[in-house]
Amino acid sequence: MNRLLSRKAFKAFFKLHEACCLTSTQYFLKPPRVLVNKAQYISEDRPEFPGSKSEFVHKLKFLWPEKMEGIPVYRVMNRKGEIVDPSEDPGLSKETVIKMYKDMTMLNTMDRILYESQRQGRISFYMTNFGEEGTHIGSAAALNPKDLIFGQYREAGVLMWRGFTLDQFMNQCYGSSEDLGKGRQMPVHYGSKDLHFVTISSPLATQMPQASGAAYGFKRAQNGLCVVCYFGEGAASEGDAHAALNFAATLECPVIFFCRNNGYAISTPTRDQYRGDGIASRGFGYGMVTARVDGNDIFAVYKVTKAAREICIQENRPVLIEAMTYRIGHHSTSDDSSAYRSVDEVSHWNKEDTPIARLRLYMINKGWWNDDAEKEWKRDSKKKVMEAFANAEGRKKPNPEMMFTDVYKEIPKHIQKQMDQMKQHVHAYKDHYPLDSYQKMG
Amino acid sequence: MAALKGLITKGSLQKLVFSNVRKEFKTRIFARCSHFTYVPDTPKANHGETTRMNLFQSINSAMDNALEQDPTAVLFGEDVAFGGVFRCSIGLKDKYGKDRVFNTPLSEQGIVAFGIGLAVVGATAIAEIQFADYIFPAYDQIVNEAAKFRYRTGNLFDCGKLTIRAPCGAVGHGAMYHSQSVEAQFAHTAGLKVVIPRGPIQAKGLLLSCIWDENPCIFLEPKILYRSAIEEVPIHKYTIPLSQAEVILEGKDVTLVGYGTQVHVLREVANMAQERLNVSCEVIDLRTILPYDFETIANSVVKTGRLVISHEAPVTMGFATEIATAVQEECFLNLEAPIQRVCGYDIPFPHVFEPFCLPDKYRVFEAVKKVINF
Ligand SMILES: Cc1ncc(C[n+]2csc(CCOP(=O)(O)OP(=O)(O)O)c2C)c(N)n1
Ligand SMILES: [Mg+2]
Repeated sequence: MNRLLSRKAFKAFFKLHEACCLTSTQYFLKPPRVLVNKAQYISEDRPEFPGSKSEFVHKLKFLWPEKMEGIPVYRVMNRKGEIVDPSEDPGLSKETVIKMYKDMTMLNTMDRILYESQRQGRISFYMTNFGEEGTHIGSAAALNPKDLIFGQYREAGVLMWRGFTLDQFMNQCYGSSEDLGKGRQMPVHYGSKDLHFVTISSPLATQMPQASGAAYGFKRAQNGLCVVCYFGEGAASEGDAHAALNFAATLECPVIFFCRNNGYAISTPTRDQYRGDGIASRGFGYGMVTARVDGNDIFAVYKVTKAAREICIQENRPVLIEAMTYRIGHHSTSDDSSAYRSVDEVSHWNKEDTPIARLRLYMINKGWWNDDAEKEWKRDSKKKVMEAFANAEGRKKPNPEMMFTDVYKEIPKHIQKQMDQMKQHVHAYKDHYPLDSYQKMG
Repeated sequence: MAALKGLITKGSLQKLVFSNVRKEFKTRIFARCSHFTYVPDTPKANHGETTRMNLFQSINSAMDNALEQDPTAVLFGEDVAFGGVFRCSIGLKDKYGKDRVFNTPLSEQGIVAFGIGLAVVGATAIAEIQFADYIFPAYDQIVNEAAKFRYRTGNLFDCGKLTIRAPCGAVGHGAMYHSQSVEAQFAHTAGLKVVIPRGPIQAKGLLLSCIWDENPCIFLEPKILYRSAIEEVPIHKYTIPLSQAEVILEGKDVTLVGYGTQVHVLREVANMAQERLNVSCEVIDLRTILPYDFETIANSVVKTGRLVISHEAPVTMGFATEIATAVQEECFLNLEAPIQRVCGYDIPFPHVFEPFCLPDKYRVFEAVKKVINF
């Protein structure tokens, strides 16, 4: 009896381990749902503690994480742009694939130009998305355009897919009078109510438990939509990340937590960030359906997100996706990554494995794309970006009075008084304030 | 680096891109000009040999001294191992080893609590929070734990060896999450010491005092000064006492009180007042916000009869409010004019509007005129 039990228990311990070794088609890891039939457990031989339902063992056995195999990475397309298992081909139309490619490369072009413009002192700050375009476009394409997005900051491609215009990007970065955020936040803090994208906030991971709450609201509203929350593997260390995942699981919220694991949080490599098997391994701990995907494979990202969305909506439960990728650019314009990683490492990824090159190969293999098309698109996209850039640079900044609005729904008396004092003061000292660059005060 | 540069700054693209724009538009180059003129301090002769340092270098030098003298001392936080995003810890991991100078996972509550634990067992803990704006996940650990450890345990345990460093203040383009001045948020908590230096010499002496002080300290570093403030700083260790303000400019007509970057704004205002109004201002750097040196302020106000207090943080419940209240309680009959607060507005710190929302020299100058003409 004893031996039997412990063998059984041993097996139970390694269920997770086995679950990790599923074939690529079964890319979700579903934690076993706890049995609710209490009668089953009224027995000496089975644990009845309210906090856990499993089996007793009579030999001490620690679980050693390093003895478990890593969670596999789901992939559809290899680095040569070939579909590995034809049954996994998402079968997207030529039109969709070309839009995916164009959005990824447009994002890339915009990044180069805005990065450069920061270097020249034309905008105050910028963050590029180099190397991670596949995670943005692949996931965005799989969602309902009305699913609500809570982003971190390096997800500009999601907005681009949804139709945020180059003008809108540029106006935000310049803080121009046309910026939807009214010039209040640093560059790349985009947001769009029309595109169901909640405005970015700098403090990390704060959006994560908010996403759980929003998803709970969606569930109660029965609107058939889910919430998608993007976050970095660094941000996943914040306390808010724990709250987010645990709330989502226990309150059964239809939310996809999409982790971009790009290897770094500024200079901090994943080795200093966590010692588990990435972020995906945490999903099981929270009782969440989980998958890990090759983030540089846009089709795999697309498929996993689409399937995750189904689970969210059908089962009203959260799904955790960990997309493995690499941050090819510096963290931001304030960072020089050569101080903490080798040029060789970066150029290896840039040469060997970018989502853009992979999709281009796929398109060429299909006969959908060639050098001429590439050249023409490069020229066109640059031109479009430059036009939007020039327009934004030519625009004035918003009326300085706008810094006092939206603090509250209404302007309280004391803030109104401060606004009046500001106007009076600036009027009296107008030579000392850069009024020419701003729209006129009332 | 070549590959990365190639990727990002493709020369041809750049030319194509910007030649057109330049022609068509009068460029509004984003200005990194600061709103004050930095006046360097001079080192004390008895502090020995000096070398040119900016603010991040003097902080580095203080931590170097602290790590060298005390083998229990450790330094940690986000991105600290490679030198920190502001370069304050550069070279220290190589010098003292990765068990003493290390990266933590990305969690401010974790960083502070980890530091409390270290301090409880007698180690000197220097915790870096990457930006003061991001100290709030650690608010509970700081306010409910660090500040009350000694008190709630009847002095059985304490975390006095903890020092939390964080960059603060306006920097020209930081917007609401890279500009905040959070001192008042912590000045409301008994048990903490809160310190803000005005430059490299002050920073080193005050930081070493914080590190060696037997109470948990929050050391807020005005980030705009990291590179722009340069002084001859003593290379050996020295301390500057906490809870002592400094009269950095003597005067007889108006007392100007500030701390951190704002001290430099006040110094400029004092010059403007002298030149344009023939008014003599006394400038006081508070240096320690909590527990603060009331006597130095009161003595000055007794002499001048007029007080202007200025800080970047929002005016409502800002530290100026505390000073103004205490001064009117103690020095009411000495006052010739109502005390003026020239502070940030009661709004989140906005990106493109920074030139309009700072308590700059013109706003402070107006306040000086007001107290003189009252
Ligand atoms: C609460 C908080 N702490 C620190 C920071 C500073 N910070 C900005 S980005 C970043 C690294 C984030 O890394 P990760 O989540 O992996 O995202 P990635 O930049 O790699 O996309 C840090 C530490 C912040 N914005 N918010
Ligand atoms: Mg990362």
